[in-house]
Amino acid sequence: MTEEMIIAGFGGQGVLSMGKILAYSGIMEDKEVTWFPSYGPEMRGGTANVTVIISDTRISSPILQEFDTAIILNQQSMDKFEEAVKPGGTLLYDPNGIVNPPTRTDINIYKVEGTKTAVEMGNPKVFNMIVFGSYLKVRPILSLDNVEKGLEKSLPERYHKLIPLNLDAIKKGQEIVEDVQLV
Amino acid sequence: MDINEIIKPENLVYDKSAVLNDDVMHYCPGCTHGVVHKIMAELIEEMGLQEKTVGIAPVGCAVFAYNYIDIDWQEAAHGRAPAVATGVARLHPDNFVFTYQGDGDLASIGTAEIMHACNRGENILVIFINNGIYGMTGGQMAPTTLEGMVTSTTPNGRNVDLNGYPMKITNLIAQLPGTSYVTRQAAHTANAARKLKRSLKKAIQNVLDKKGTSFVEVVSTCNSGWKMTPVAANNWMTENMLPYYPLGDMKDSEKGEHSEN
Amino acid sequence: MGEVRLMKGNEVLAEAAIRCGCDGYFGYPITPQSEVMETLMARQPWNETGMVVLQAESEVASINMVYGAAGSGKKVMTSSSSPGVSLMAEGISYIAGAELPCLLVNVQRGGPGLGTIQPSQADYFQSVKGGGHGDYKLIVLAPSSVQEMNDFVNLGFELAFKYRNPAMILADGAIGQMMEKVELADFKPRRTNEEIEAECGDWATLGKPKSRKKNIVTSLEMDSDIMEANNLRFQEKYKKLEEEEVRYEAIQCDDADFVLVAFGTSSRVCQKAVEIARAKGLKVGLLRPITLYPFPKKIIKELARKAQGFLSVEMSAGQMVEDIKLSVYEAGSNARVDYFGRMGGIIPSPNEVVEALEDKFSWELSYGVKRSY
Repeated sequence: MTEEMIIAGFGGQGVLSMGKILAYSGIMEDKEVTWFPSYGPEMRGGTANVTVIISDTRISSPILQEFDTAIILNQQSMDKFEEAVKPGGTLLYDPNGIVNPPTRTDINIYKVEGTKTAVEMGNPKVFNMIVFGSYLKVRPILSLDNVEKGLEKSLPERYHKLIPLNLDAIKKGQEIVEDVQLV
Repeated sequence: MDINEIIKPENLVYDKSAVLNDDVMHYCPGCTHGVVHKIMAELIEEMGLQEKTVGIAPVGCAVFAYNYIDIDWQEAAHGRAPAVATGVARLHPDNFVFTYQGDGDLASIGTAEIMHACNRGENILVIFINNGIYGMTGGQMAPTTLEGMVTSTTPNGRNVDLNGYPMKITNLIAQLPGTSYVTRQAAHTANAARKLKRSLKKAIQNVLDKKGTSFVEVVSTCNSGWKMTPVAANNWMTENMLPYYPLGDMKDSEKGEHSEN
Repeated sequence: MGEVRLMKGNEVLAEAAIRCGCDGYFGYPITPQSEVMETLMARQPWNETGMVVLQAESEVASINMVYGAAGSGKKVMTSSSSPGVSLMAEGISYIAGAELPCLLVNVQRGGPGLGTIQPSQADYFQSVKGGGHGDYKLIVLAPSSVQEMNDFVNLGFELAFKYRNPAMILADGAIGQMMEKVELADFKPRRTNEEIEAECGDWATLGKPKSRKKNIVTSLEMDSDIMEANNLRFQEKYKKLEEEEVRYEAIQCDDADFVLVAFGTSSRVCQKAVEIARAKGLKVGLLRPITLYPFPKKIIKELARKAQGFLSVEMSAGQMVEDIKLSVYEAGSNARVDYFGRMGGIIPSPNEVVEALEDKFSWELSYGVKRSY
């Protein structure tokens, strides 16, 4: 199993930390993992993206042109990465702020109202965990037990009290993800 | 009376410190380095520090200081002696570390290193030989060269419009709270040399007591670079250097305190 | 099995330094490696192992602090990125000239000048051919993963002390910023004063006991005959390094008609390129130099007997390609050596590498034999 994915959105949406929790969960599952961020001035407020690779075997290039899965959280990223999903791959997006939804018919497209649901849950910060939950639903490559362990490992001790809230958000994301059929 | 009857241990009135070895010094006759080397060797011996002293030699005439004083030495790149001393002193806090630097080394190319080492209050002694000229490279202008002073790169005398002003870097150093003892001394007379020795002893003791950086400037001559006899150089220094670089303590306090001046 | 964590390359450098018994770190902030000192300062190893960490006023100062501390027998290191390493060049030359062991890290960014903060490999020449003045060599290790960032801290120190020569980890911004699974080494205590005395007592400035002559750490020698003898001794040391310390990894090279040669991040890209090329039926392998100096000449000479071509894949305008050409030339082989790379902070993609291979070796691919001239 090798999952090569990109998570892309605005800085501040929790793109990098979602990737980190994903990678740590992979380690808990005894997989090889690589987390490669875009870094530099663009981290501050502009677009942010991170490549995460989870694999049973040694990971080769952290630099990829095409991905098994793309999680897309703003229009700029949609414009950039929709075409980068491998045929038969997965595209998961939050429609908030998306003017031009994806149009490809050779990939599996899923939609999650993450921003809206986070507000409804009364905590916009769990947005990325809702999206993460939706991802786990459509690409069940990691067990929820290991995700919980990944959360413990990647969050500093003082935030451990927030783990139940994050798990709730993940479960919510699993429930609300919608399959978008484009024919 | 036969001379051998006079040369007896009980008649000994002066002996060279054993820490100063017998190598023939490369310094010019009349140079101040010899006096300062001798005083340092004496103090290292008298204070029982030979086994824990590490000297940092500069680039300049004193680059070969390591040949003469019988302690462990490191030879630093030009201007970097305070950084090298920082490395040694931080890793060996029980050793006594000193730098020995000239005016080009300390006040020109090494300005950043000396300022920051002193500002951090490194537990080191800095000996600053200020003779207003680059001796080793053949007598070029130094940052401390006096206005109007002729050197090989200021053949018509230092012009402040072109070259800027002679830098009183010791006065700047005294402002830094990392320093505990900052003084300007000389070695051109027996009395001055005795006072210099007292200053250096106090400075070394401060370092041993971990009071921060101690900084001792020695206003010096370079009779070869100045193209004078040693006596004329001493006189010229007294008449011209000392009015601009007056002798005396600039700061004598605990680390962390600001200078009064 | 040691503790497993998800860490950035830069962070693991700091952790590995603490765990391998490093005595001191001196550095100055520069992107993309500032996490090294940040991690150390947050970890406060002075409480744990006694390791000294100091933020210097400049790279010039930090390398000279390393010179001082290394000269006094301690196990010390610094890290920087390309422009900062240029500033250190003078000090590195002094350290090599005074034969001091220490560890240097260059997390390269694109140049020249202030350049970019994105990853690059354009400091290859600077690292393996000298960089500062005079005839000296660094032991240069090129990690291609976060795990190797960890492993090479200890290895770098070991080689540095074995040869009394500065060792450099030549990484790049991608490996510094990337997080991967890493198995950390167990804690190794710092050497005691007695152990340092035993290991370095005949040259380090530890303070001169009555029982020995003074130790002088210097690169200066006014007598040209002695200076030449010193240089000859250095060259002997470098020869020994070339004979005994070459490290590389060969991936699917046994039957390869074409060999990609790449180190660090570009070698990771090339691993993927090999997969893609093999899937297309091309017999492509990857040679990954781990030591850039000493350079793995011998294996290239062996591969040159059979391979039709070598493609040096670099994040530079083509620097290592010169060393490959030399090796192939020395082997008397007519295998063709070409270069493909990106510059200015751009990492080539695996597909680009395969396209470049097909383009540059189209003649060989058409006829299936070496092209003779």
